[in-house]
Amino acid sequence: MSATDVNQPRETISRGPEVSKIPPWAWDAWRLVSSVAVTLIGLLALTFFIGRMLPIDPVIAIVGEQADASTYDMVYKQLGLDKPLYVQFWFFISDMMRGEFGNALFTGNKVSADLLRVFPATIELATIAITIGVCLGVPIGVLAAVYRGSPIDHITRILGLLGYSVPTFWLGLMGLVLFYAALGWVGGPGRLDVFYIDIVDRVTGLLLIDSIIAGEWEVLRNAVSHIVLPASILSFNAIAFISRLTRSFMLAQLSQEYILAARVKGLSKWKVIRKHAFRNIAVQLLTIIALAYGILLEGAVVTETVFAWPGFGRYLVSGLLAGDMNAVLACVLIVGIIFVSINLICDLLYRILDPRTK
Amino acid sequence: MTTAIESGKGGLRAYLTAEVSHSPTQASLQRLYFGCVRFAQNPLAMIGLGILLLLLLLAIFAPVIAPFPMNEQNLGRRLLPPSGAHWFGTDELGRDIFSRVVYGSRITLQITCLVAVIAAPIGLIFGTVSGYFGGWTDTIMMRITDIFLSFPGLILALAFVAALGPGIRNAVIAIALTVWPPIARLARAETLTVRSSDYIAAIRAQGAPAWRIVLKHVVPMCLSSVIIRITLNMAGIILTAAALGFLGLGAQPPMPEWGAMLSTGRQYLLGSWFLAAAPGLAILVVSLGFNLFGDGLRDVLDPRDE
Repeated sequence: MSATDVNQPRETISRGPEVSKIPPWAWDAWRLVSSVAVTLIGLLALTFFIGRMLPIDPVIAIVGEQADASTYDMVYKQLGLDKPLYVQFWFFISDMMRGEFGNALFTGNKVSADLLRVFPATIELATIAITIGVCLGVPIGVLAAVYRGSPIDHITRILGLLGYSVPTFWLGLMGLVLFYAALGWVGGPGRLDVFYIDIVDRVTGLLLIDSIIAGEWEVLRNAVSHIVLPASILSFNAIAFISRLTRSFMLAQLSQEYILAARVKGLSKWKVIRKHAFRNIAVQLLTIIALAYGILLEGAVVTETVFAWPGFGRYLVSGLLAGDMNAVLACVLIVGIIFVSINLICDLLYRILDPRTK
Repeated sequence: MTTAIESGKGGLRAYLTAEVSHSPTQASLQRLYFGCVRFAQNPLAMIGLGILLLLLLLAIFAPVIAPFPMNEQNLGRRLLPPSGAHWFGTDELGRDIFSRVVYGSRITLQITCLVAVIAAPIGLIFGTVSGYFGGWTDTIMMRITDIFLSFPGLILALAFVAALGPGIRNAVIAIALTVWPPIARLARAETLTVRSSDYIAAIRAQGAPAWRIVLKHVVPMCLSSVIIRITLNMAGIILTAAALGFLGLGAQPPMPEWGAMLSTGRQYLLGSWFLAAAPGLAILVVSLGFNLFGDGLRDVLDPRDE
């Protein structure tokens, strides 16, 4: 769905009569800012609404079942539940804006502190996965387009369909059975083996980088052996997504006349592809890769559960299972914000890098 | 109708392949026929159709096909590897996994159908109303759609399930709430193309109220593309439902839902891998079937790719 959005022609900007006084770039900027602001308020409203819907009584979640009526009333007032809904929404917004997500009851920490702790693990996983996805997906897509209708193309198509159809969590489980239990090629669940934990000081939270900073090569080797499988599994979707779109972008370029002209001029086939066709799809590819990165965050939820990866996805699921709405809402909101930012960045990249949109 | 019967003399085939169609019925039947022919020429699409038919048959005849009742426990025969008696082995309570996978097809089919039945009308009404009225209505409604779209599907479904509570009924509602926005966008786009056409103007001139125009004259025009879209979404719906079951937030044990079965299989993974293998394979095959079928359908109905 997000894939097709990129291909759609941009909405033509409806300019009001006052436009003649305002320079077009200011108008664009205003539209951008207002649309981002509206979307953010919408994200907040939706999460607030979800939070209101829940059958769990937030007061009982704090004071416990046995609390007497006066304690209950006190907490009820402290939470602002006696105020009208719009006042509560205002409190909610101002809390969220300050990054004040409340306490996570199942860890006993502040949600914001928890999120800072778990996010690097997910970033690390997703970054390795997107790297694999790009390194395999782009060449496969280009090959499939260049040799259209050949066995390579068909294999790519089938691989792509499998990538869209396979349940990642199942693939992860089977990967663990085969590569960890049976063959012993990779490390098991978690980021490190037990006896390597806490050797390296936490600097960035990215274990691979932290262990390099500390010069602990044993730890690095162990961390790599643990991340290879989950990252590959996670990247499977991205490979399918990226290769499929690369193929269709490439096909669109290869049927253009300038390609024929370059060939007639005497350039070799691959030189034309490298120097002309690929350069023209580069910007499109960049936006697709950014979108794929966002989609990986979604895949991380199940992949992290399978691999006991202590990242954001597993935190969200633990919060869900514990019925901890503070943690869940914060996670959902942050993913929404990341998604919106990625879309925004894609949009800006497109405008800045692609001269055709000027 | 008389023309249809007359040309029927030349045989059904001649009727369907006639160069000039003599009636609207014949024209649409011809279009259907050529669509089917094109679809049948695509081997991958036919495989997809075959898988879906198989799923349907499994679901209908589950009690006949399954060798054991779905919840019959036999603690003396637990965690047996695949064999002639138990094709996919037995689980931690000695239940036959093959039988449970067969019964699971019913749940999968139910989930996909229910989601489609809930999400399609919501998206359809939202999109057509937004497109028909335009102006501020349109702006506000499309903003709401955008906000739903700015969350990844699974995460939004997780949030809704968290609020509604776990269980298969709530999982269906949660998934439906994440599926409708793209449908609304599609319906809006279709509405914009028919809104200014003469027949709508004619109906309006006759004094028909807006709700009647939308329901009786705009919605039918959007119906076919919405149905295609939702078919293409089926694989995603299945995967999301299975993921919810796997995370323990969708169907609950002892229901033989494939995702929930995988979740149990995970606890016995290293000793008895077959517990997780069969249900996962079933999910893969069915969602592959929907993807192949949807791809074929799109090739037939939307030949822009060629």
